[in-house]
Amino acid sequence: MYDMKKILPGLIIFAGLMTFPIWYNGGDAGTLPKPEKPSNAKECVRPTEYMRTSHMQLLNEFRDTVVRESERGAIKEAGGVTYDDKSLMLGCMKCHVSKKKFCDECHTYAAVKPYCWDCHIQPKETN
Amino acid sequence: MLEKGLTGSNLYKGWMAFLLCLIGVGVLSYSQQYQYGLGYTGMSRDVSWGLYISQFTFLVGVAAGGLMLVLPYYVHDYKAFGRITILGEFMAIGAVVMCLLFIMADLGQPIRALNVMLHPTTHSMLFYDMIVLNGYLILNVLCGWVVLNAHQKGVKYPKWIKPFIYLSIPWAISIHTVTAFLYCGLPGRHFWLTAILAPRFLASAFAAGPALLMIIAMILKRTTKFDIGREAQDKLVTIIGYAALVNFFFVGCELFVGYYSNLPGHMHTLDYLFFGLEHDGHMYNNLVPFMRFSTVAGLVGIPLLFISRSQKSDGMLVAACSLVFVSLWIDKGLGLVLGGFVPNPLNYITEYYPSIGEIAITVGIWATGFFVMSLLYKIAITVTLESES
Amino acid sequence: MDSKRRKFLKIAGLGAIAGVTAPMAFNSLLKGEAFASGGHGHEAAEHGSAHKDAVPQGKQYGLVVDVKKFGNQPGLGRKCIHACHSLHNVPDFGNKKDEIKWIWIEKYENAFTEHSHYKRNEELHKMPIMTLCNHCANPPCVRACPTQATFKNKDGIVMMDYHRCIGCRFCMAACPYGARSFNWRSPRGANELGKPFIKRINPDYPTRMRGVVEKCTLCNERLAHGKLPACVEASNGAMVFGDLNDPGSAINKVLSENFTIQRKPSAGTNPSIFYIL
Repeated sequence: MYDMKKILPGLIIFAGLMTFPIWYNGGDAGTLPKPEKPSNAKECVRPTEYMRTSHMQLLNEFRDTVVRESERGAIKEAGGVTYDDKSLMLGCMKCHVSKKKFCDECHTYAAVKPYCWDCHIQPKETN
Repeated sequence: MLEKGLTGSNLYKGWMAFLLCLIGVGVLSYSQQYQYGLGYTGMSRDVSWGLYISQFTFLVGVAAGGLMLVLPYYVHDYKAFGRITILGEFMAIGAVVMCLLFIMADLGQPIRALNVMLHPTTHSMLFYDMIVLNGYLILNVLCGWVVLNAHQKGVKYPKWIKPFIYLSIPWAISIHTVTAFLYCGLPGRHFWLTAILAPRFLASAFAAGPALLMIIAMILKRTTKFDIGREAQDKLVTIIGYAALVNFFFVGCELFVGYYSNLPGHMHTLDYLFFGLEHDGHMYNNLVPFMRFSTVAGLVGIPLLFISRSQKSDGMLVAACSLVFVSLWIDKGLGLVLGGFVPNPLNYITEYYPSIGEIAITVGIWATGFFVMSLLYKIAITVTLESES
Repeated sequence: MDSKRRKFLKIAGLGAIAGVTAPMAFNSLLKGEAFASGGHGHEAAEHGSAHKDAVPQGKQYGLVVDVKKFGNQPGLGRKCIHACHSLHNVPDFGNKKDEIKWIWIEKYENAFTEHSHYKRNEELHKMPIMTLCNHCANPPCVRACPTQATFKNKDGIVMMDYHRCIGCRFCMAACPYGARSFNWRSPRGANELGKPFIKRINPDYPTRMRGVVEKCTLCNERLAHGKLPACVEASNGAMVFGDLNDPGSAINKVLSENFTIQRKPSAGTNPSIFYIL
């Protein structure tokens, strides 16, 4: 193989840099996020397990049905409670009253930055 | 072959370093625009497209102009163009790269650009523009590279590339036709609403593209041993000259329709471009000097082009091509897009002045295109000269 | 001979390909066109466009603006604008370059550029013309948009999907009424003196972000809850709202009893906003 002396150290340095975050944190995943659950409601519009993994798809679905198909229709959750609006601001955030304690908790941990709040208005944080 | 672009004379290195500096300034300015929004530019609610889209429109023409350099050789087996076809293809690559960058620079939400593919919209001309521009880029990269590779090995290009070369010819026409359709299908803009917009775009493209190539070829003749040959040079003069004449004829047609019909909507923009438009006691005429210079440059440049040929004067030829190129650049790269927004649909007049940062980004994108072009030309010329010696 | 035959076959082959694909492309283009116009046609005769769809399908919401009533009640126009702009968090940048507006007051000669202004009565020139998106039955902006970020919804409203807009501003070039505004900068910001562009944010309605186009959406969010558009509600009866395709609607009654005009009928857009002068 050509240039083994250059390629091998190069590869090692590359691998080292790529895995930097892992060994820098000593293999520790850090403190796990604990999103605050609403106190006034027991069940969400979908099962918790689904919401945890796929809330973004559901929000996109709400967005498209409301904006594009003008289907604002009420949604019923498993427990029989009806929510009026397929809406982030006027729906979700009426129960999940704090963006900081609910949304940001996981999003910060996972280092994702959804652009929801560039336009939508977050509820006033109480403290 | 790419490594041939990495070495070169001090002149080459200096030129590339200079372009890199301009690109750097452009990138810095763009990062500011990205932070602030498109308000960074001089565009406004009334003049909602500015330098970026006008440069885009002009450069689509330069890219399509490559057709005039490729067609005689491949279709009519015109041997004298053997040396410039590859230059034409590589110029098209540089121009399309600039086009795509100008579109990106003009988007309010550039990170969403792929929405155009995610939600394909068959009734939007911009959707087709996206297809034809990217297709043209791929076709030219493919054809140029394969042909050059064969050239390096001293063999004729492989047969399978022929259909792609033939395809690239109508494709070149399609890119500029679709670009004209962006404008001429809009019911509220009288200046653009003309069926000869696409033919006019093509005429100016077939003059501007080869004119730029001629200037480059003359520089190469001076700085390298690469010479496209007298016969090709003379033939190019014919192409540039007639295409430019046809373009001016089309401009004349527009002037006739506007002024003879006496339709206010048709006259307003022409007034604004060539004489200035008065509104509420204020004279709006910031494009008049440019448009008048464009007219004069064209009227001087075209005869000069033919005189330079009979005199066999390369200096005069470069001057003539520069005049024609600048004339067409002003005509299409400034007047056509900016003029179309004056007056606005409510008959108000807003004039547009690009911001400094906007100009820096524009220059940066031009420099990027020339960087790509220079790199490709360096490779092509080295390969050609090597295979010949 | 062989090469001749080969050449012929090549040309014939290319011709065949073109022959097959071109009509297909053309068909899809026409279909797209049909989609863009959305089947929200008005009665064709009313607009003098003979080849447009004559049978109204679905809803087509529209407005009748009684310009005289606005003229007789100074301040009414501003009240309507305020109702709209404060509800929808429309920013005020304090300059013309960045300006964003959904509904505004225009002079007769600017709103109706195609109509004669010569020797018109003084009164007419002073009339405040309420100007907004025309929610055309055949909107050029929808045709131009490359992502369907602006589209005709099932109520005939020309809607905006701000999530999808890439900010190419093709729709702004396409609109013959100057009804569209672009967010040249963030509407959430403030000027040098610290004055926010949106004076008081309505927490029940989103703002926009920089880099997208916005305009009047005929208060589709209010219509969904059975309310009238904000401008109509504030107009004290000077604006009438309704479904143009419903023969029994109040708006059709007003239209049949009054002489009304539309802006730029010759653009073939079939505007849904009518004016009583």
